[in-house]
Amino acid sequence: MSKELNPIENPGVPEHVHRQTDVDPKAEKRAERQVASLFMLSAISTVGFIYSYIWVDSNVYTFIPILGDMNVQQLLLGICMAGAFLFIGIGAIAWARQLMPDNEVIAHRHEFRSADEDRKEFVETVKTQAAAAGIGRRPLIKRTLGAALGLVGLGPILLLRDLGPLPGKELEKTSWKAGTRLVTDPGDRPIKASDLEVGAVVQTLPEVENPGERSLNDIAKDPVLLIRLRPEDFNLDDERLSWTYEGIIAFSKICSHMGCAVALYEQQTHHLLCPCHQSTFDVTRAAKVIFGPAARPLPQLAITVDSEGYLIAKQPFTEPVGPSFWERDSK
Amino acid sequence: MISRFRKKRFASPVLLLLALVATGSTFSALSASAENTAQPTAASRTAQIEEGRQLFLKGCSSCHGLNAEGSDIAPSLIGVGAASVDFQVGTGRMPMADMSVQAMRKAPKYNAEETAALAAYVASLAPGPAIPTDEQLNYERDGSLAEGGELFRTNCAMCHNFAAQGGALTQGKYAPTLMGVEPVHIYEAMITGPQSMPVFSDKTLTPEEKLSIIKYIKNAEMEKPQGGMELGRVGPVSEGLFGWIFGIGLLIGVAVWLASKAR
Repeated sequence: MSKELNPIENPGVPEHVHRQTDVDPKAEKRAERQVASLFMLSAISTVGFIYSYIWVDSNVYTFIPILGDMNVQQLLLGICMAGAFLFIGIGAIAWARQLMPDNEVIAHRHEFRSADEDRKEFVETVKTQAAAAGIGRRPLIKRTLGAALGLVGLGPILLLRDLGPLPGKELEKTSWKAGTRLVTDPGDRPIKASDLEVGAVVQTLPEVENPGERSLNDIAKDPVLLIRLRPEDFNLDDERLSWTYEGIIAFSKICSHMGCAVALYEQQTHHLLCPCHQSTFDVTRAAKVIFGPAARPLPQLAITVDSEGYLIAKQPFTEPVGPSFWERDSK
Repeated sequence: MISRFRKKRFASPVLLLLALVATGSTFSALSASAENTAQPTAASRTAQIEEGRQLFLKGCSSCHGLNAEGSDIAPSLIGVGAASVDFQVGTGRMPMADMSVQAMRKAPKYNAEETAALAAYVASLAPGPAIPTDEQLNYERDGSLAEGGELFRTNCAMCHNFAAQGGALTQGKYAPTLMGVEPVHIYEAMITGPQSMPVFSDKTLTPEEKLSIIKYIKNAEMEKPQGGMELGRVGPVSEGLFGWIFGIGLLIGVAVWLASKAR
């Protein structure tokens, strides 16, 4: 018995099967009408879109089962615009499938190199045309063109400057200074310790002379959350305990993971939760991370009261607030 | 007359419906009249506190203790104030149906009169936040919608969602939806801080600001969808799910249709 293996023969292209529309003129006519009516439906939808934009009152609502109360104009605009695009697409597909030629075609691969004659002719054309334009004879034009083209390239390179400058120490600073009053956000009212009951939270910003002039950069770094607990609930070392005032503790509201506003405070468990990635911080243990992707506790702001009894910052934040960045020295 | 209708096959559903309507309207009429008992004298006040004490001993003391001093499973009610009782009992959260992580809103177990008696009893134990009066709750007059929106987004939206639809907290706890909540209960929740919710003191969030927040919530409640399904108004989660399932599903269907050979 021969154990020789024969390669499988190329089966070639399968036999072409004609469609209904190729052999039956009636079917062909029917398909043509079908495609045409799909395109007509699209046209009607566009007319409906224009009509509902101009003539349907924007304040009318109607009840649609499952969907509930709907604004009629918006509903019609949506349906008509969807129809206008969708029916063009469906019509085009139906046209291509049923009526356009569907013969199988094989496109063979071939070399990318041009024929030798064509290449030779090209080189000759370039040479003769360059001689006719006189590039060799007119060095002034050649050099100024070179200079112009070279300088054009400089423009985009110059724009790369917009990637900088490096923020320097800017990311490590906030507006909090020793003695800055904490004010409510919004409202900008200074806060007394007695204003907070146990279990209360206040969203605060540093006091500024003109609240309208706070820059977005400042608002992105400065927010602080004040929380009042029973002092005996704290589980802090002596330094951190001295940063609190009569059970009131203050943390940066900017998550140390990705910078979302951490303000979901659960009064009974004393957990502070970030809504973006569920990082959970334990307020009683200086915002220690107890769950989620955050790598560092929230920076704590040392607070005390001034001579008038209003809450103030004892010192600026001792570490940068917010998420990590290259230059941050992560202690 | 009735015997003639009895033969009809829809007679019993109609009768049932009539009975339900009658019960409902009688109940609401009764509870409405109970609300109108205002301005109590000293004697009626004492009687109300005594009634509240009796209700408390029957319904609440097994968890909260005979003197409302609290126990291992329930907090002390001394000093929580009438507002806290009105919120917890008036929204049906207390008495709790079971000892799960969170008491949820349900149909109240006590009627308005009984709730008022319980509130009066707990308020008599020690001073605490009082129930705001209708005059204090005129949010249409005293609230500002724009300010309410700003305050809501800073103070409430992180838990209760930007459209006040509620959201998840840790370990199965959640911030409930604020749709359909009575203004008085929203106000009481802010001043008492029920369950996981923190307290929003009157000094840091003034009464006017609280009314602005209520006005914003009530406005969000009335707002009809401008275009398309709301999908629970919870943002990218439900919208994304809808897009992935129906949008991509539709595209796959079209791709299959495109690639198939016509017959």
